Amino acid sequence: MKLSLRLNGADRTADVAPHESLLTALRERFVLPGSKNACDQGECGSCSVLLDGELVCSCLVLAAAAEGREVRTAEGLTPDGGLHPVQRAFVEAGAVQCGFCTPGLIVAADALLRAEPEPTVAEIREALAGNICRCTGYGRIVDAVQRASKGIYE
Amino acid sequence: MTLAPPRPGTLVKVRGVIGESPQRPDAADKVKGEFAYASDLRADGMLVGSTLRSPHAHARIRSIDVSKARAMPGVRAVLTAADLPTRELIGLMKLDQPVLARDVVCYVGEPVALVAADDVDRAVAAAKAIAVDYEPLAPVSDPVAALRPGALQVHEKGNIIDSVRVVHGDVRATADVVVSGEYEVAMQDQAALGPEAGLAIPDEDGGVTLHVATQWLHEDLRQIAPALGLPERKVRLVLAGVGGAFGAREDISLQVHCCLLALATKRPVRMSYGREESFFGHVHRHPARMWYEHGATKDGRLVYVRATVVLDGGAYASSSPAVVANASCFAAGPYRVANALVHGVAAYTTNPPAGAMRGFGAVQTCFAYEAQMDKLAAACGLDPVEIRVRNGLREGDAIITSQPMVGSAPVAEIVRRCADLPLPAERIPTDPLLLPGGTGNLTAGEGVVRATGYAAGFKNVCYSHGFDDSTTARVRLMRDARGPIARVHTAAAEVGQGVVSVMLQVTRTELGLERVELDTPDTSVGSAGSSSASRLTWMAGGAVQAACREVVVELDRRAAARGVSRRDVGLPALLDEPIDRTVTYRHRPTEALNETTQNHGHVAFLFAAHRATVDVDLGTGLVRVVQVATAQDVGKAINPLAVIGQLEGGIAQGLGLAVMEEIQLKDGRVRNPSFTDYLLPTILDMPPVLCDVIEHPHPDAPYGAKGVGEPPTISSTPAIVAAIRAATGKALNRVPVRPDDIVFGNESRSGWRIAPGADPATAERA
Amino acid sequence: MDVEIARTLDGALAYLASRPDAEPIAGGTDLMVEMNFGRHRPKAVVAIDRIDELRELLVAHGRVRMSAGVTYARMLREEIGSPAMRQAARTVGSPQIRNAGTIGGNLGTCSPAGDTLPVLAALDASVVLRSASGDRRVPFTQYMTGPKKTIRRHDELVVAVEWNDAGDAQVFMKAGTRNAMVIAVASLALVVDGRRSRVGIALGSSGPTIIRATEAERFGEGLMDETGWGRRRVPSDAALAELGSRVAAAARPIDDVRGTAAYRRHVLSVMARRAFARAVLLA
Repeated sequence: MKLSLRLNGADRTADVAPHESLLTALRERFVLPGSKNACDQGECGSCSVLLDGELVCSCLVLAAAAEGREVRTAEGLTPDGGLHPVQRAFVEAGAVQCGFCTPGLIVAADALLRAEPEPTVAEIREALAGNICRCTGYGRIVDAVQRASKGIYE
Repeated sequence: MTLAPPRPGTLVKVRGVIGESPQRPDAADKVKGEFAYASDLRADGMLVGSTLRSPHAHARIRSIDVSKARAMPGVRAVLTAADLPTRELIGLMKLDQPVLARDVVCYVGEPVALVAADDVDRAVAAAKAIAVDYEPLAPVSDPVAALRPGALQVHEKGNIIDSVRVVHGDVRATADVVVSGEYEVAMQDQAALGPEAGLAIPDEDGGVTLHVATQWLHEDLRQIAPALGLPERKVRLVLAGVGGAFGAREDISLQVHCCLLALATKRPVRMSYGREESFFGHVHRHPARMWYEHGATKDGRLVYVRATVVLDGGAYASSSPAVVANASCFAAGPYRVANALVHGVAAYTTNPPAGAMRGFGAVQTCFAYEAQMDKLAAACGLDPVEIRVRNGLREGDAIITSQPMVGSAPVAEIVRRCADLPLPAERIPTDPLLLPGGTGNLTAGEGVVRATGYAAGFKNVCYSHGFDDSTTARVRLMRDARGPIARVHTAAAEVGQGVVSVMLQVTRTELGLERVELDTPDTSVGSAGSSSASRLTWMAGGAVQAACREVVVELDRRAAARGVSRRDVGLPALLDEPIDRTVTYRHRPTEALNETTQNHGHVAFLFAAHRATVDVDLGTGLVRVVQVATAQDVGKAINPLAVIGQLEGGIAQGLGLAVMEEIQLKDGRVRNPSFTDYLLPTILDMPPVLCDVIEHPHPDAPYGAKGVGEPPTISSTPAIVAAIRAATGKALNRVPVRPDDIVFGNESRSGWRIAPGADPATAERA
Repeated sequence: MDVEIARTLDGALAYLASRPDAEPIAGGTDLMVEMNFGRHRPKAVVAIDRIDELRELLVAHGRVRMSAGVTYARMLREEIGSPAMRQAARTVGSPQIRNAGTIGGNLGTCSPAGDTLPVLAALDASVVLRSASGDRRVPFTQYMTGPKKTIRRHDELVVAVEWNDAGDAQVFMKAGTRNAMVIAVASLALVVDGRRSRVGIALGSSGPTIIRATEAERFGEGLMDETGWGRRRVPSDAALAELGSRVAAAARPIDDVRGTAAYRRHVLSVMARRAFARAVLLA
């Protein structure tokens, strides 16, 4: 069936299977593999996207039910020719290892900082508890979010 | 190999050399979501592969009917063992595993048939439509029972995958103070976030190119080519983006299957496991049962250690021989002890195969011997720091295999420095979010006790026991419109650990040149060996360093031929022709295992100590790790920020094993193959980590850098459990520690009685 | 599979009435997992997440009406007339799940581990079901009949849940072996409603349904009668222990992959003691 939506600021249309998730549609139909498929059940956050501005797991969104809605993925956060402040902070802080969780974390951290520009460490941890990272032990991720929070979102 | 000391290539200050922390070359692509992982790959006309797996732990295959599946629309190939081009077996250390089960299945999840179809849904539906008639056989679930005389045999040659005996000094030594115990380590999953994936593309010469997420391209090739019935030159492997590994990608998963389907359909085929299939598609950490006895003088000096270690190897050997060798060689820990008797066995069972995971072998026995050291400290009236300082290995001391410590072996120093790191400043908090149970709102301090625990551990770096361990690097120095540039080509698998940064930093250091690029790892260059055993900093670092130095020799030769000095004339003037050097680097050879394991089996050793502070809720039995402090000797930190990342990341996996991570088995079945019920630490579970990175250069290692990756996972687990014991007074002889164990004081019992050090075949029912 | 995106409640109900094989989907946090794993694929789904009527949240005159489409994230942001419900919402999954998942979904799936369900039981909440033929109100304890089993007819939708504002003395606790994003090994909601002289205690992940610990409730009321409702006096340890054992006795737990029956009983008793002690201080 046809799915039309506003994807990273552009109107896009693709054929999707009726039962498939938004994550599958993003990866396979729109060829935006930045949203990652690590658990398929909302337990890892690697597929995090903004759906009408709300942070969700795209694996738990029925693609067909996203008709007409606005979706922003990790790819869509990247400005032309550069890096988003959160992306830059992750690179500089050493928060990236294998990187499989990274796009989802970037989206989640951006959502946090928009809502709370200067979060405490406890707030950072609670807000990112849905994003599993198996490589870093999270220390550099906390550091990256703190770096990104400093003044950028005011 | 003799190496010249490092020489700066130019007088210009070069950024991003060793000892600095330049940004990872792949980081920008990764944060943008543009880095191509194996599961992201696509090709025109691509089909999708699917695997039918055994639902039985042990069964005879009476028949397989694929007619219905083959007739389904969109299905392009259905393969069973009968369709395989060869009967070659696969396996990392023993070729004992069929590509597809032929007559019997030996574990739940064993591959039985393959499908290639136009899309995932069709492939999965077709796999389900394959009718397999099984005759169930009795499972072999208990590895100790499997080793006893008369046990049902999983394979023809008996149930011992491998056994290792360490006989050191007087095996009948006696001591004033004796402590003993039985210990258990449950099955841990590597849980790399990127599931297994690959894309196979048939080539015009009848061969195939496989883009795959793996830890060791050439080892895959060694197993794939014979299984396909092709010469190695017709099978090309290219490293696709790897979403973490931790040992799980050392074995073949879908590599052969994907190539078979591509060759059968003459079309590109992608296979990409989901999380549930991933739990069945890769090996796990060996579950272990360990029986220990330590003897010491009254002032806490070790007199003897005796241990029996039984590892559940599961249905196929994988890396079990190396794991049992590690578990046995390191069974006494990083301590001086004159007498030891260790009997380690890895057993075949019909459980899921066990293999490599970060720190393998060393992780299991460290949990046991560190619990023993604390028991000894209590018996002798010493504190946990003092018992470790008193017994810690020093340079020149030998471990229980009689191999002396060369270079740095600063056990007392790492323990002391770890103990000197500041404890958490704040007292027990009152916000439930920060206490055991977290968002569960269980306590505002009621029932909470804080305590600390210590552990130290060690392990070999690089391959051991006579293995010809090598890494090949090709360095090409040339000039383009922007000036000189170096290209480095190795087959080293970047799995997240940062070997790409190491290779860039080494090249910049050696050539004095900032512009360095890395070629995609593939099998067109010599083997790099695996991204395992904490070895690539040493091995890939060594190979790239050596190749760079040969390039410098050529630069000097060219300069001399023109009667100038290289520094005066500068690099561009010497690069009318590119310089291309390929070097295969080897570390000092090691000795093969012998009967009593008294030999120089390892090239060098890594040491770390951990101190954990925990809050335990005695009412709910839940644990909050408040802080972990660590001191680790890395030799030399090539990239200090990446070192911290390895320390923190390794500790997170150690924390997981301590308090939550367990693949639960029942009669060979995995009861929790999902991230809902296999729990990984979240950012709320992982405390701040204090790191003291110690740099005592190892004389044999390039720049003295020994490797980093595994020690953080080895002793963090026992340190956390020691802290929980200190808080609860419970014995806690098993990891992960479950709330039941804390609340009810349950101790794990195998039901077998074995004299520590004895052959487990002599086990008696307790 | 057919996908219908409903814009109005009547539209959704009409679709359900016309398609006996259709299932509603809102946040997708339960149904999509089943679909992703190929365990369950309905013939038709009707998406009800765009229906404005299902987003209403009314807290007025001591009565709360929370429409089915209210997400857990909204429960954390807005006044919802139940501190325990807010505490329960905070334990649901992750921010991503809380942004998508709804109270209606928790009621629709009706797992014994559903985090908000013990709160609804302890509050004596009513579930409002609507079909083309009208509304019916059912006490939650009658609504849920077994694990993932309810009295909801196929052509009905859970449109709201209603309860009386029971004041501030409410606690929700959930035990799990991770500090966030964990399914309850056992959970407990406890309400001390001074205005109605009523104690409500309900247990999650402790049996085939959410269990009301009625013996413990009566005992708790007796304790409050003795010490005085609203006087903020914590009962003796012995009294709390008795309350805890009555809660444990009410549970019908099993051994499963997440925990043992013995631990569940134990931790329920601990949670009951602590929750009661905490609640009376809030009364």
